[in-house]
Amino acid sequence: MAPDLLSQEHEVGNAAGASEDRSRGGLWARVSRIERVPIPALAALALIVIVFGLANSTFLTLANMQALADQSAIPVVLAVGMTFVILMGSIDLSVEGVVAATSMVSALLVINDRTHHHLGLWAVLISVAVGAGIGAVAGLSVTRLRIPSFLVTIGTWQIGIGIAQVLFGGQPPVVRDRELLSWALKTWLGMPRLAFVALAVVLLGLWVQHMTRFGRYAYVIGGGEDIARLSGIKVARFRTLAFIVAGACSGLAGVMATSRSGQGAVANGNGYLFLTIAGVVIGGTLLTGGRGGVLHSVVGVLIMVSITNGMILVGISPYVQQSVQGAIVVLAVTATLWRLRERLRVVK
Amino acid sequence: MNDIAFSVRGASKTFGGVQALEDVSIDVRRREVIGLIGENGAGKSTLLKILSGIHQPDFGTVLLHGEPVKFRSVAHAMRMGVAMVFQEQSLLPNISVAENIYLGNEGTAVKHGFYRWPLLRRRAAEKLDAIGSQVSPRTRTEQLSFAKRQMVEVAKALATGESSHHEPVILLDEPTSVLEAAEIKRLFDVIRELKKRASVVFVSHRMEEVLTICDRAYVMRDGRCVAECDPASVDVNELYRLMVGRDLTDGYFAEDQQIPHTGEVRLQVSQLTGPGFADISFDLHAGEVLAVVGVQDSGRETLARALVGAASVTSGSVTLDGRVVRFRSPADAVRAGFGYIPGERKTDGALMGLTVEENLTLAHPEQVMRGPVLSRSLEQQKVADWVDKLKIKTPSGSTPLGSLSGGNQQKVVLAKWLVDPGLKVLILDTPTRGLDVGAKADVYALVRQLARAGIAVLLLADSLEEGIAMSHRIVTMRDGRISAEFECAPGARPERTAVLERMV
Repeated sequence: MAPDLLSQEHEVGNAAGASEDRSRGGLWARVSRIERVPIPALAALALIVIVFGLANSTFLTLANMQALADQSAIPVVLAVGMTFVILMGSIDLSVEGVVAATSMVSALLVINDRTHHHLGLWAVLISVAVGAGIGAVAGLSVTRLRIPSFLVTIGTWQIGIGIAQVLFGGQPPVVRDRELLSWALKTWLGMPRLAFVALAVVLLGLWVQHMTRFGRYAYVIGGGEDIARLSGIKVARFRTLAFIVAGACSGLAGVMATSRSGQGAVANGNGYLFLTIAGVVIGGTLLTGGRGGVLHSVVGVLIMVSITNGMILVGISPYVQQSVQGAIVVLAVTATLWRLRERLRVVK
Repeated sequence: MNDIAFSVRGASKTFGGVQALEDVSIDVRRREVIGLIGENGAGKSTLLKILSGIHQPDFGTVLLHGEPVKFRSVAHAMRMGVAMVFQEQSLLPNISVAENIYLGNEGTAVKHGFYRWPLLRRRAAEKLDAIGSQVSPRTRTEQLSFAKRQMVEVAKALATGESSHHEPVILLDEPTSVLEAAEIKRLFDVIRELKKRASVVFVSHRMEEVLTICDRAYVMRDGRCVAECDPASVDVNELYRLMVGRDLTDGYFAEDQQIPHTGEVRLQVSQLTGPGFADISFDLHAGEVLAVVGVQDSGRETLARALVGAASVTSGSVTLDGRVVRFRSPADAVRAGFGYIPGERKTDGALMGLTVEENLTLAHPEQVMRGPVLSRSLEQQKVADWVDKLKIKTPSGSTPLGSLSGGNQQKVVLAKWLVDPGLKVLILDTPTRGLDVGAKADVYALVRQLARAGIAVLLLADSLEEGIAMSHRIVTMRDGRISAEFECAPGARPERTAVLERMV
């Protein structure tokens, strides 16, 4: 009886189950399946550009493009680092603190009006290392002490602010290093040099995400940490590394912030946490980990910056702007998660 | 020549005083498919956990190619060439097939931390080819069906196993339990391919499968290995006797307990349409068992969910006892007297971490309340009642559900609905899937009993046999629509080929 049962249904199954296999469906089906490119976020960005471009003729001018590039550069760098942390399902809330600390460190180590250091490029490297160090503290606390990253990075955020305040000592160091100041002031190909720094970080981030074990395992760990462990992957090591990478990006962002403002200031990091996390999430990187990527986050940040910039241009009251930004984040997340909506889906 | 690849000698294991395994010895020869068969709780999963390195035996030894080994972990066993294909799949949905196959085992395909994609993909394709799978190594894993993912899982086990010096031993833990018949056939082809380069241990509680695919089989019962048999010279009845320790009776489906229903329409579904199903109309009478059969993606699961308010309906109506009902959530349906057993018991049907008592009173806490508060004593008494009535084997009412066997878990899930005296309609999505034969027979008898008590039962049958034998009427679904209906009186049941024709 048994073998006959199986053979009969086999023929049936063959007829019914013509499958996708190695030749895959139509073009659109294929495009929409490619997760490497954040199609919905790109479409949203295009829409925003078109709407503001029509609403205000200055939006698409070269001068405004320069402004957009200038405003995006720092949050883009922050978002690249943040992406790896969030891909693993953790979060890094310390960006503003690390930017504050490293902004102060870099201002004091280049030529300035308070100290007699003039380390030049070394100051940049030291700032990045300080950021990486704060990231390492956060990462080790998460992986060794097993404290949720949410809490740890609130801590390192405040530690960063504290370091900045100690270094501040009542008087902001004003930068006199022409090289560093030129990052923000001078342009290449019509764009501020800071934008090229950000572009370099993005390209590096994409390469790391796609070509390195660290980058791929970010997806593995975010997708299923238990499976990663069972496969013999040293999860703690990679997670710590993600916080170090995020810290290093924040460190570089601190230097960029110093360059932009021309001085070291505790307030140099203000506002970047919202912009970074909103950008990462809007781009389609899920806070639960395993989905999204560097490109997603970058597009998300560009969306946030374009909206802020566009609202100013079309004359929306500055008192309302912040609420509008918040509302957009909620809307964007709703749109991103819409297809996952189901009656029995659990939301916490 | 001694060609025993892998063996266990005199293995025993106890868990908290319960003897799960007692003096078990088995041998796996090179390029041989070994069957490991027994009811749930017979000890085959414990044995498998010892073979795969999850557990260590209390006594006895594991020998790999004649050398005694102690596996420290699953990863260790895999490195030694013993790879397990888990029942709950261990693939990551969000990365490519190639990455999954070599996860943590990339070897030279990752050099100094950098991926060499062409090499990784080529190697993955080789492994997939080896088992005759057409899946592309570039595909993101979540885009594959369950059956295809299982093929990838087998390729992964092969890849891990072959990274050792010897021919690998692949352990398949109940690989067929959630596959459709056609997919099982495909899996068997894969096992035949595997046999050319590996030894295979195939665990199942389905006798037909073991007889079809295995070169040799060990029968387990009560933690012991009770027989070693040759599938060529043993038949289903013999195997059943060995597994259960008693004869297979005609009462498997309890067909003699089927009585004609009273004819009063309880549930009337007309032109119900929603995402995944369309234009569904049928009547379900009090005391009737209506079986719905269909292949995967026939839409029957979604229909079942829609009937209890867990999936959306775009048009059409549902009438319960003459009154039109519209459920916005399962809670509405439960209040109206519906019970629903989802197909995924472990994730949707029961809370494994909660106790038997908590699970049993989950849906109808009002049955164990005095006024506005839960009454512990009433709860214990009610639960003890049902445990007794359904012969649920549990040490106590406060035992976590997860530590019961599958059959007893399912009885608790059923009892969850039965505590409601107002229960009118019971929707069962493959309630016997993954249960062993004994537990299946119990569930069948229970369904008969409920129907006799006047409850209308909609049964999404696990197999065609089950649907035909259990129901008064059978409807087939195809592509989200009802394609045929058959009367199913005892003694005048439709031919399975006739039903099958309308399913595909």
